[in-house]
This record gives sequence, C-alpha cells and structure tokens, in this order.
Amino acid sequence: MKTFQGFVTKEFLHIFRDRRTLLILFGMPIIQLILFGFAIRNELNDVQVAVLDLSHDHVTQALTGELLHSPYFEGAAVLHSEQDIEAAFQRGAIKEAILFEPRFAQRLHRDGTAQVMLITDATDPNSAQTMVAYTSSILRDYQTRTFGTGSGVRIVPEVQMRFNPELKSVVLFVPGLIALILMLVCALMTSITITREKERGTMEILLVSPLRPLQIIIGKVLPYVLLSFINVVTILVLARFVFGVPVRGNLVLLLAECLLFIVCALAFGIFISTRAETQQTATMISLAGLLLPTVILSGFIFPIASMPLPLQYLSHIVPAKWFLIVVRGIMLKGVGLEYLWQETLILVGITLLLLVASLRNFNERLE
Amino acid sequence: MITVTNLSKHFGTVQALEAVQFRLDEGELFGFVGPDGAGKTTLFRILVTLLVPDTGNATVDGLDVVKDYRALRARLGYMPGRFSLYPDLSVEENLTFFASVFGTTVQANYDLIKDIYQQIEPFKDRRAGALSGGMKQKLALSCALIHRPRVLFLDEPTTGVDAVSRREFWEMLQRLKKGGLTIVVSTPYMDEAGQCDRVALIQEGRLLQIETPSAIEAQYNRPLLAVKAAQRYPLIQALRQYPHAHAVYAFGEYVHYTDARPTADVQALRAYLDTQSLTHIEIKPIPASIEDAFMELMHEPTT
Repeated sequence: MKTFQGFVTKEFLHIFRDRRTLLILFGMPIIQLILFGFAIRNELNDVQVAVLDLSHDHVTQALTGELLHSPYFEGAAVLHSEQDIEAAFQRGAIKEAILFEPRFAQRLHRDGTAQVMLITDATDPNSAQTMVAYTSSILRDYQTRTFGTGSGVRIVPEVQMRFNPELKSVVLFVPGLIALILMLVCALMTSITITREKERGTMEILLVSPLRPLQIIIGKVLPYVLLSFINVVTILVLARFVFGVPVRGNLVLLLAECLLFIVCALAFGIFISTRAETQQTATMISLAGLLLPTVILSGFIFPIASMPLPLQYLSHIVPAKWFLIVVRGIMLKGVGLEYLWQETLILVGITLLLLVASLRNFNERLE
Repeated sequence: MITVTNLSKHFGTVQALEAVQFRLDEGELFGFVGPDGAGKTTLFRILVTLLVPDTGNATVDGLDVVKDYRALRARLGYMPGRFSLYPDLSVEENLTFFASVFGTTVQANYDLIKDIYQQIEPFKDRRAGALSGGMKQKLALSCALIHRPRVLFLDEPTTGVDAVSRREFWEMLQRLKKGGLTIVVSTPYMDEAGQCDRVALIQEGRLLQIETPSAIEAQYNRPLLAVKAAQRYPLIQALRQYPHAHAVYAFGEYVHYTDARPTADVQALRAYLDTQSLTHIEIKPIPASIEDAFMELMHEPTT
C-alpha cells in the first residue's frame, strides 16, 4: 500500500510541475465553457424586429408597444405590406417579423381568438426558437393581464420558421461540453502520461519494481479521476450561476454518472497508451479517435437522427452519445435512473470492456 | 549467482543473441564489453526479466528469469541505458519515489547509498532534468540501489558522461563490490574493462571470450608497435599498405601496428616509412593493453 501511495504522490507531482498539463486540466474547461456559453447564447438582446399591423386597433398598438419596449426587441423597419417582410429578411434588416391579422381587437372580443403570425429567420435555429418563445410569452402576459385567466380569450401565435423550416432541436451545450472536456482531459492526459514513461525509459524500472500492472494503471489514473471530478463540479457551478442552466434532476445521480464517464474516458486513455509507444502517437490517436467522434457523433452539435444510417450506427459506440442522453435527461428533463438505466449500463459495459482489454494488453515485459 | 545457458533471442530477422553461455559468481564485478548493437542491452533485459529469451535459460540468484520473474524483480537493481529518472521531479523526490515503489524508505538504506548520494545531496532540491550527466548517473545509481538489491545490472552507465565522472563512477562500483554486491556492467568503452574482475567480449550477439582482464592482456601474442609521425593520416595509409601489416588502428596520439610475423622488424619498418615521405617518425615496441587485446579478438574471424 505504501508502494502504491508513493506512486500516486509521484503522479500528482508530475501534474503540478507541468504548467501545460495544469493549463489543459483547469484552464481549458473554464475557457471552453465561457466561449461556448457566450457563443451559444440563450438570452436575447435588442433583436431587430418589424411589426406589420394590418389592424391598427388599440390591442395591436398596445401589443406592439409592449414588444418594442421590452429589452429584447427593437423596431428595425417599417412594413407596409406582406411583400415588405420578405425583402426585409433578405436584406438582413430584421430577425423576426410580427404580423397582426386585420380586425384583431374585434375578433378577439367577438370570437375570443385572434391570430398573430411570428415569422423568424431560422438560419440560426437556436435564436429563432428563443425569439419565438420570448415573443409568445410577451403576448401571453398581455393576454392574462388584460383578460384574466380562464376568460376563453386567446391570442394565437402562428409560428413560421423561415429558411430552415424543420428546425433542429436546440443544442444545449453544457452536457456536450462536459463530455468533451472529460474526454480530452481524461483520455488524452492518461494516454500521454503512460506513454511518457515509456519514452523516458522509466517504464522499464517501474516494470522491474514490485508494482503490479493494475497498481501502475490505477496509480496513473487516480489523480486524474480526482482532478476531472473537480472539473465537472466547476463546469456545473459555472453553468448554473453564470449561464443559468438548471439541474432539474438528482444532483447526486448526475455526479455519479459524470464519475462513470470519467472512468470510461480514462479507460480509453489507458487502452490507447497500451498500444501507442510515443506521446505523439498517443496524442494523435486521442485527438482523431476520441475527440472528433465526441464532438461530431455524440449529438453534441449535430443531431444524430439526421445523420446517414452508417454514422448513426457508428455513434452507438461513442460513449459521449450515451452520456449526453443521460446528462440531458437529468439536467434538463429532470428524470431519474428509471429512464436512464439502459444508457448507464452501456457506459458501464464500454468501460469494463476497455479496462479488461487494457489489462490484457498491458505487458509486464517489454515485448 | 548468475547462470546462463545457450541463450538466444532474435527480433524479426536480426539475431540479437546467439547461444550465449556464462556463469557469474557472487560478489563479482563482471563487465560486458562490445560495440553498440552487439546485444548487451538485450542480454541485460533478459536478465532483469523484461524480455523472454527464444531458447535457453537463465537464472539470477537461483531464480529463473522467466518463471520466477516476480520474486526476482524484488532482488535485482537495474539501471537502464538511458538514465531513467523523472526530469520534472527533484533529486530527493526521485530517490524517495524509487524507495517507496520498492516498499522501503531512503532512511532505511541510507548507509548503502551514502557515499554516492552525499555527492549530489547539496542539489537535492534541483530538478533531475537540470543535473549534469555525471550527477544524473550518481542519482540513477542511488535509485537503483535504494532497495538493497542482491545484484546490480548497469547497462552502459558511463555512456555520455565526462571522463572524471566515469573514473569516479568506477571507484564507486569498486566500493560497492567490497560491500559484497554482485555487479554486472556493460560498456562500449574497452578501457573500462580493466576495472572488472572478469570481462566478456560481446559482438554480434555472441560472447567471444570471458576472462580476467590480465589474462586477456597476457594471451596477446603478436608483436605490437606504437608508431607516430607528423602526418597522421598518411601514416595509417602507409602502414596498412605495408606487406607485413596484420592490423593498424589509431590509438590516442599513436597508431598501433601489429605485425603478421612472429617478430616485427622495426628497422625495416622505419626504412619503409622513410620512403613514404613521412617525417618525425617514432617507433617503439609496447606491451599490449586490454584494448589491443580486444581489437585483436574482434579482428579474428569468429567461428
């Protein structure tokens, strides 16, 4: 046990001595979160809108006033006919057009419903959906305020997504980011730290020492489990308090699943290092073989459902895909293990498979 | 202490070791001398259980290097060819680490490494990567000794180290040997062979000879002349063209010349060199050193 302790202590020293390792370990997650966080913004500020009011009554004027005086929207063009809408979009002058039907107030009072059309520029699907949500909520607020709930009066928004009518599901970046960072930190770092011993020739001495292969592997990996876990917590805290991403489900379950994914990523790292002889090879394999699939095939950025079939099958062996389902489930839908046990089992399976393969591959000799 | 019988090992088409056979007594300081690529490192790696031989077997301290590798690993000290230290750890941290990995502490075995470690102790907080070659070598030796091994394997410990450090290093080995430690060293430098109790000359995977340094020197039976002239390269050329030349090689400031006949005719050689427009010619018969003996052994076609 003392032997093992000494080994783990040494690993921590390696990490804290190497500024580059530290930077990747702790700097990168924060930088990525900030970058992604502000690049994929959910809140709106001063979106250019135009209102085409075909009714000109007191209700539409009140609504227009509410919309344009909110901090989210600003009037950007004056529209006189439906033809103007198309032109304004194409000029890029507006992101959203709001169209009130003729005799809006009259219909609202007589029939109880009136229609308003929300047309958005959906080339950026995320902001398009957010715009619709914001507009709808302003309309709804006005409706409840003026007519009360249960009055039967409804303003019906009809949504039209321009340029991207099928609109992909909103990408919520935090789960994907956790997967990405953990893959990078765990897999890349462990594969590098083990191959570094091979390159320096110190592996020869470690092998000759009474340390067992399992001890060497666990000793290598343990510090990274700990540090990666700190990373996960950092990301979650930042996500919650800087970007307001909620954790609707069980926090303990979420952390446990993250831990599972950390071990899975580490297992990948170990597996790579049993194969690669140099740090360079290990880096290349980690980047090409793990990072790219994690970004592209996990559903982080591109929805898996819209990929060609072969790629969909390929995505099944990308752990990040299952992890994303789990994390999105817990964080955003607030569901528990009863809905996520299959994905969890798959992750456990992949991890065990890799660990067993690595241990078999890990040679107690030099050949 | 070490018994090796009929050991062979190949990598792909390269025969790294071929039917190697030797015995080594406890407390011996034993040297393997041979050029790069002769098979020294492969032999060491088999003996420290890192490689499995194709055929033959080897025991170290009574333990088989293949079957009993686990038990054996605790008993041997190994210093690989490159100084296998962690450059980002300090001198002290390296030593503490290797002690802990072998389940011991620096304090418990300090007496064993004291002589060596004291020389680098003033720099104990320095990163190992910032040490000079000689200091790295001392630290690596301390690390290999820290668990009090029964036998020490040092693979080319003096390569890349300055002359003074090399001499100091051999003095350290002599002291360790006096303490009863069995030491196996490999080196490409023939002049270091004289420091060993016995020496094995290794070339192209075969052991050419195993003898004490003095016996190797004594069996040298050709007339040996040290020759010097103002023009060094033309001198070597001229000597090589001399009809009676057996071997000619540069050796420090002199050129060593051996004659193919039982006795060399110094007079005739001087006369010949005079005709080759060489000046300041100096010729003197000398006793063979161990290096001459090795050159001669390697010169002979192996059978």
